[in-house]
Amino acid sequence: MTELDSLVAPTLTFLIFAPLLAGVVALLWPRGLVLDLLSISLGAISLVLLVPLSGTVMGQGPLLLELGGHELPLGIPLYVDGLALAMLWLTALTGLGTAVYASGWLRSVSHPSGQQYRVLWFLLWSGLNALFVSGDLFNIYVTLEITTLAAVPLVALARGREALSAAMQYLYFALVGSILFLLGVALVYAETGLLALPELSARESEAAGPGETIALLAITVGLAMKAALFPAHGWLPRAHAAASPPASALLSALVAKAAAYLVIRLWLGPFEAAWTPAVAQLMGVVGVLGILYGSLQALRQHRLKPVIAYSTVAQLGYLLLLIPLASVVAWQGVIYHALVHGLAKAAFFLAAGNLILGIGHDRLVGLAGCDRVLSKNLLAMAVAGVAIAGLPPTGGFIAKWWMITAALEQGQWWWAVAIGMGGLLAALYVFRVVSFAVHSPRPWHEEPLRETRHGLNRLLLWPPVLLAAAAVALGMTGELLAPFLAVGAPEVSP
Amino acid sequence: MMEALQDHPVWMAMPAWMVLSSLVAGLLILVLGEPYQRTRVVINLGAAVLKLVLVGFMLWGVGQGHDFEFRLPLLPGIDLYLHADSLSMLLATLSAILWLITTVYAIGYLEQSPNRCRFFGFFSLCVAATMGVSVAGNLFTFFLFYELLTLTTWPLVVHRGVSVALRAGKRYLAYTLGGGGIFLFGIIALYALMGDQVFTPGGFVDPDLPPALLIGIFLLLLVGVGVKAAMVPLHGWLPQAMVAPAPVSALLHAVAVVKAGAFGIVRLVYDVYGLDLVATLGMNHVLAIAAAITIVWGSLRALQASDIKQRLAFSTVSQVSYIALGVGIGSPMATIGGLVHLVHQGLMKITLFFCAGNLAETHGIKRVDQVDGMGRTMPWTMAAFTLAALGMIGVPPIAGFVSKWYLGLGGVENGQYWVLGVLVASTLLNAAYFLPVLRRAWFPRADAPDRGPGIHEAPLSLLIPTVATATFALGAGILAGMPFSPLQWAQFIGEQIYGVAP
Amino acid sequence: MTGWLFSVTAGLLFAIGLYGVLIRTELVRRLLAANVMATAVFLFLIVVAAETPDGPDPVPQAMVLTGIVIAVSLTAFALALIRHFRAVTGESDPEGGDDD
Repeated sequence: MTELDSLVAPTLTFLIFAPLLAGVVALLWPRGLVLDLLSISLGAISLVLLVPLSGTVMGQGPLLLELGGHELPLGIPLYVDGLALAMLWLTALTGLGTAVYASGWLRSVSHPSGQQYRVLWFLLWSGLNALFVSGDLFNIYVTLEITTLAAVPLVALARGREALSAAMQYLYFALVGSILFLLGVALVYAETGLLALPELSARESEAAGPGETIALLAITVGLAMKAALFPAHGWLPRAHAAASPPASALLSALVAKAAAYLVIRLWLGPFEAAWTPAVAQLMGVVGVLGILYGSLQALRQHRLKPVIAYSTVAQLGYLLLLIPLASVVAWQGVIYHALVHGLAKAAFFLAAGNLILGIGHDRLVGLAGCDRVLSKNLLAMAVAGVAIAGLPPTGGFIAKWWMITAALEQGQWWWAVAIGMGGLLAALYVFRVVSFAVHSPRPWHEEPLRETRHGLNRLLLWPPVLLAAAAVALGMTGELLAPFLAVGAPEVSP
Repeated sequence: MMEALQDHPVWMAMPAWMVLSSLVAGLLILVLGEPYQRTRVVINLGAAVLKLVLVGFMLWGVGQGHDFEFRLPLLPGIDLYLHADSLSMLLATLSAILWLITTVYAIGYLEQSPNRCRFFGFFSLCVAATMGVSVAGNLFTFFLFYELLTLTTWPLVVHRGVSVALRAGKRYLAYTLGGGGIFLFGIIALYALMGDQVFTPGGFVDPDLPPALLIGIFLLLLVGVGVKAAMVPLHGWLPQAMVAPAPVSALLHAVAVVKAGAFGIVRLVYDVYGLDLVATLGMNHVLAIAAAITIVWGSLRALQASDIKQRLAFSTVSQVSYIALGVGIGSPMATIGGLVHLVHQGLMKITLFFCAGNLAETHGIKRVDQVDGMGRTMPWTMAAFTLAALGMIGVPPIAGFVSKWYLGLGGVENGQYWVLGVLVASTLLNAAYFLPVLRRAWFPRADAPDRGPGIHEAPLSLLIPTVATATFALGAGILAGMPFSPLQWAQFIGEQIYGVAP
Repeated sequence: MTGWLFSVTAGLLFAIGLYGVLIRTELVRRLLAANVMATAVFLFLIVVAAETPDGPDPVPQAMVLTGIVIAVSLTAFALALIRHFRAVTGESDPEGGDDD
């Protein structure tokens, strides 16, 4: 055990419990400035701590840690591989960016519920970090509920009939989703007597009983409801459009993705015995339908935030493609996609928030002329959109390159076509939005734009710019990050 | 001393510096913001001059047989690979020279108009992308810059923000991104089969692969580059994109974008598949026939267009396919004719677009039937227009004549006499759509509105670039025999492709 | 053994709850239906615990305990949200059903 390795347990403990403690502090000591500084410094410390953790994972392969030293089956195992690592990085980066943004946002709109926002954010953060490193099914259930309990009120905080109604809908989807998930967990335990993912993965996976197949079905449907995977996506566009911009950024970049993350985490490995190639193809088809449906809906919206929300529905569909492809290259591509999408989508929502601040609403026709007064913000949004669409030279392109390569290498060219179509449609809805913003002259029935001669508050401008820049920078780091991502990749023979 | 310098990594990485010079300038301009007009001009012109100097060095170096290259691993087993060969320098030199000239023109043209920061920023980024296309050393890198070119051109196409510009922008994206997607499939399929291979004269594709697969991939790649080269029926975006401001039409749609496509065709045939394999697969005929159809179709449409820029755009559709034709014929002379046309067409077409811009900017003239008597009012502009138009038709000794001469010789050399027919038809059509403009300009109809006796030329910032490019077009024809003339350079490339002096 | 009886009961409860969630649009009723579903799962877990050959298995029991805590907090939050929703909109049935 080297010095580096001894940092693993403290790092994971910090990632889970520091935000939780911060949430308690936020509850007891409601001082906005202190809490904002706390949240920003926690984000920065998380990033620093993730560096040695990544080194250890890279050097030793997937980490399995029994919390408190209790051995399985009683102990709670934490499991960190390339996928979990990528998600932790994404959470830290997006969290930091959103924290900075929120500190500006809560001031500029004199948000009445700034206090609640901060408490919920800390709780959400803790839940997400815990979810990504959880190594057993029941623990995953608990962390999933923590994120739900934090995410739903984040939507409701936006006030107003629409926000409350959207939050109600989200809550019911999440509630039923978690019960289905728990049912699945119960069935698995009844069948196998196991909960820990590594143990489930390590089984001789020749014959899975019918109970396990039903369990996988229940778990998948439950998670799909929480992740808003098509066709269980109904709540997402409303909820993500109604929430405040920083909350939408977190929900789209992290929360929905967390549930989708679990789908691929559980399908590859723990439940591998419970499905056949034909079922995997079916999951891929569901993913593709989500990509097409979400993109076409995004093209039809008249308001900005629903465009971005439908884009999330579409982009989550790519994650399911890992199930039929299931090779190391596909694994790298899908994780990379999740990473880039998270950063870019957060940037997109935050930049959209700035536009909404500028024009007072989010109808697309009202964006006309934004290129004059909010040019850098608009540029950040466009760049983030290009990254989501997966065009070079952004990180999204690297992800698509990997995914298409995986599809062509295995002769499953139809997924390659779907991935290409999805990228093209994404480019169209992104550039459609930008077109509204560069449209000139401004329609007569729209109020004149407020002249923001001094530009935006820097706390509001820099987070989207830097997050978008990070999504582009990932286009240069494929070689560097590939070995990290590959840690723990499934050894499924194509 | 000189020896040590030549092996130094900084010197070797010259192609990267060349790309970066305009990339960094573009980003700086975008970050700088709208109000800093003077700083912007300094950065822009400084970068353009710097690039010209770098290109000069490289031209000399490549002529001496130096291998400039730069590698940056991007994915496991795949590099961003920049490599300057003689073919690269053809496009790079053209773009570098015309970037400087067009920048001067654009500064004058866009005086007082809004959003100049965005315009010049993306303009520089476009040039960076074109440079990247020209020095890309493998398909992956080529694709990277090829798509970057699409993205950075879009803001320029929609620059004015009016509805017609936005529609054109949408169409442009649909065509180019659609083509890009198809291109990507071909590239990834080749990577899956062959791994990361650098462009090699004679090609790197394994000829023993199943012919159907090879043909399929070739067609995917050809469609990918054919969209930007505006080959019929993939040309629909180009005439619409003419709503962009004149400097954009001039540089991007006479040089950067369409040339990137044509350049891609050249790379695909010579350095990816190799002439022999293309001929074995029969794909050279496909290419030549598609090019011939495009040449004739573009000219016919140009004849119908009454808007000057539209007419020029269809003329571009037609003329760019000369390059593809030269490649498709596949004989040494035709290759030289096609390659040299890459430069010649650029010089002539940019002159024509500058003139169209001068007419529109100074007198609001946009249609062919409005140019009556402009020869007297704007003698310099119309003289440049006349020279370039005659060059397009192929009147000696202007540049266009040289291209057509070599193309015709190439056709004869290979026994493909139908090429002569295409050339004659095209020449007649060129004459039919250019000569009426010239006649109206110099010999106005009796009933044309009188514009008065005085000379009313465009401002010098517009006029000087126009005259300069016209002079280049003339010089490229007259001085075709001199070293470093486009023709000589094309022959240099031809020798490398065919291994012997043609 | 009476395990099968409890299992069937759990299945029936789950079905009833699911039916309620899908059919009822009134917010409180739907919440109750979801709770019935959750209870069904808990019952099933208890059956699993009891059916182990060497005595009751503590793991599912721990899961039920934790699950109840989570269900209670989610229900509490949902009730608060419903109250708030009613206060703001004056409605208790966003989809316009007629069973309130």
